[in-house]
Amino acid sequence: MLQATNLSYSYPGGETLSFPDVHCAAGETRLLLGKSGSGKTTLLQLLSGLRSPTTGTINIQGTELGSLSTGALDRFRGQHIGMVFQTAHFVRALSIEENLVLCQQLAGKPSDKGRIRDLLEQLNLAGKARSLPAALSVGQQQRAAIARAIINQPALVLADEPTSALDDENTNQVVALLQEQAAAVKATLLIVTHDNRLTSIIPQQTRL
Amino acid sequence: MNLLALAWKNLTYKPLSALLSVLLFALSIGLVSLLLNLREQADQQFDANLAGIDLAVGAKGSPLELTLNSMYHVGYATGNITLEQAKPFFNPRHPIVEDAIPLSVGDSYRGYRIVGTIPKILSWYEAEVAEGEVWNADFTVTIGAEVAAANNLSIGDTFKSNHGIIDEGADNIEHDDDFTVVGILAPSGTVMDQLVLTTSQTYWHAHDHGDGDHANHDHEGEDHAGHDHGDEDHSGHDHEGEDHAGHDHGDEDHSGHDHKGEDHAGHDHGDEGHAGHDHSGHDHHDHAHDEDPLEVLLKENPEQEITSVLVKYKNASSFQALNFPRNINENTELLAANPAYEISEVRRQFDSGQRILGILVLAITVVSALSIFIALFNSLRERRYELALLRVMGAGRPKLFGLILLEGLMVAIIGYVLGLLLSHGILYLMAANIKDDFRYNLDPTHFMAEEAWLLFGALAIGFLAALFPATQAARTDIGETLVEGS
Repeated sequence: MLQATNLSYSYPGGETLSFPDVHCAAGETRLLLGKSGSGKTTLLQLLSGLRSPTTGTINIQGTELGSLSTGALDRFRGQHIGMVFQTAHFVRALSIEENLVLCQQLAGKPSDKGRIRDLLEQLNLAGKARSLPAALSVGQQQRAAIARAIINQPALVLADEPTSALDDENTNQVVALLQEQAAAVKATLLIVTHDNRLTSIIPQQTRL
Repeated sequence: MNLLALAWKNLTYKPLSALLSVLLFALSIGLVSLLLNLREQADQQFDANLAGIDLAVGAKGSPLELTLNSMYHVGYATGNITLEQAKPFFNPRHPIVEDAIPLSVGDSYRGYRIVGTIPKILSWYEAEVAEGEVWNADFTVTIGAEVAAANNLSIGDTFKSNHGIIDEGADNIEHDDDFTVVGILAPSGTVMDQLVLTTSQTYWHAHDHGDGDHANHDHEGEDHAGHDHGDEDHSGHDHEGEDHAGHDHGDEDHSGHDHKGEDHAGHDHGDEGHAGHDHSGHDHHDHAHDEDPLEVLLKENPEQEITSVLVKYKNASSFQALNFPRNINENTELLAANPAYEISEVRRQFDSGQRILGILVLAITVVSALSIFIALFNSLRERRYELALLRVMGAGRPKLFGLILLEGLMVAIIGYVLGLLLSHGILYLMAANIKDDFRYNLDPTHFMAEEAWLLFGALAIGFLAALFPATQAARTDIGETLVEGS
C-alpha cells in the first residue's frame, strides 16, 4: 500500500537526512519512532507530499507522488491522505461542522452532513458541531482533528505526535479512536512519535 | 462552504478589524462620490441657468453680484436702471443684440423671489406652463413648480408679497397687494422652478404705495386732484408721480391719467381690487393681449426703473460682441457682465477648493488601501497554519490566492456600498439646507454613471491591496509552516 524507498531530504541549510525504507500493508498501524531532531516530522511531510524528497520514491496505492504536479498532489492529498498534527488546528472562523464540510469539499466530495454527525457522535463531540474550534478543550480539539483526518475515508492516515500535548487518559482515548476510525475506513495508520506510552500499544514499529 | 462563504466567515471572524478597513474605505469612496455629485450637479445647474444668455446689464457694482442676482437669483441687486437706459438693448435693429429681457427683482414670497419680466423669459429657459397661463397683467403671477409645491399654491390662489428677498418670518414687511396665481410652470430644472414671475410694471405699483419709500409721492388720502398738473401743490413731485399716482389703489377712477399716450387710462384699481389689471371689462381687452408685453413696457414712463436686462447676442464671437461689455462699462452708467465668464470665475474658486479636497481624498484612499493591506497581512501571519491546513486538506495554491483576494475585494465592495450610502445621505442632509440658502437643488437620489465606474476603482484598490498578501498566501511553504506550528 505504502512504499517509501531510498528517501533522503536536503534542508536549505545543507544538512541532509536519509530515512529507512517504510513499507506498510493496507489497514496496518505502524509507529515511526525517533528522537527529537531525527527528522520524524520531515519524513511525515515527505510521505504526505508536503515536501519533495531529494532522492527516493514514494508510492501510495500505486500512485507515484513524484510524478504529480503541485495541483494534482494537493488534490491527491485531499482525497487519499488524512493528517493529524501535534496541536490541532482548524479554520478558526468556521465551526467544527463547517470545518468538516470544508474538508469534504476541498477533497472534491459532496458534503455529507449525516456522516459528519455520525462521526462526531462516535468521537463524543455531538454537542460541539456548531462550536468554533477555539471553544473546545485540547482533548476535544484533537478528537475533532481525528474526525477531519478520516472524514474522507482516506487510504492513509498520518499522525504527527498526536498525543504529545495530551495527558494519559486523553492519550489512550485518542490512540484508540485513531486505530478504531482508521480500521473503520480500512486506512493505513502511520504515527510519528517519541511518546513511549504508545510503544506498548502498537507493536509494528520503525526506528529512525 | 464555497470560497466566497469562507472569505466572508474569515472577514467577520475579526469584526472590528474588518470594520475599520471597511469604514476607511467607505469614507474614501463616499468623499469621491460626494465630490463628483456636488460638482456635476453644480455644473448642471450653472449650465441650465446660463440659458444662452451672453450678457447681463444692470446698475454699476460688482459684475459677479449682477450675474448671481439676475441669473441665479442669489444675493442682492447692484441697484436699478431706468427704462430709458435699458431701451437701446430692446431695439430690434441693434447691431449686436439679438434679443433682450427686462428683469425687476427685490421682492419675494416666503423666500421665493418675485421677478418682474416678460413671458419671453420662459422660452429662454425652456420652461413651459404646466397649468393655467402666463402672467398677462399686473399682479397676476405664473409660479415655478417648486414654489407651487412648497407653498401649496394653485391656480386662482392669492398671496401678498414680502418686501425684500429674505424670508424674515413674522418680521416681514408685507406689501398690501394681492398677487393672483394664473399659471404654474412645469419643472424645468432651472431657476425658473423657484421664481414667481409677473410683469415689470407690478413692481412699480407694489412699491408705489404703503412703504413710504416713495415719500415724495404723497398718495395717502390724495385724490385725482393730484393728477391735475395745474395744481400748484403737487407741481414739485410730478416727475415720476404720474405713473405711481396713476395706480393709486383706493381711488375710484383714474381715467384721466396720462400714461404717455398709452391708453391704460382705463385701469381701475379701485373697487374691483386688481381685477382691473386684467383689463376685463375694458374696451381694450383684446388689445392688451395682442400687444407684445415688451412694447407695453417700453411705452411706460422712461424714468421708471427695472433691475437689469438679460441679453443674447446675434453673434457671440464677433469682434463687436466681444467688445460690447467693455464699451458699456466704459461709456455708460451701466454695468455689463458676461455671465459665462463670471461663473467660470466662481468655478475656478470651486475647483481650487476641490483640488485640496481631492488631495485629502487621495490621502484617505491610500490610507484605506493600506489598512486593507495591513489587516490582510496581519491576519495572514495569524492564519499561516490555517492556510497550510487548507493545503493539507487539498486546496491548491490558486485557491488560497483567491481566498485572500476575495477577502480584500469584499472589504472594497462593502466599503463601496457604504460609501455611496454615506455620500447620498450627506447629499440628502445638504439638500435641505442648500436649497434655502443658495437656490440650488441637490438631488440625493440621483446616481451618476461615474459612480458605477467608482465600483471598478474600488475593486482595483481592493485587488491591489490584497495582491501581495494573496501572493504570500499562495506561496506559503506548508512544510515549514507546519513545523513552526507544531
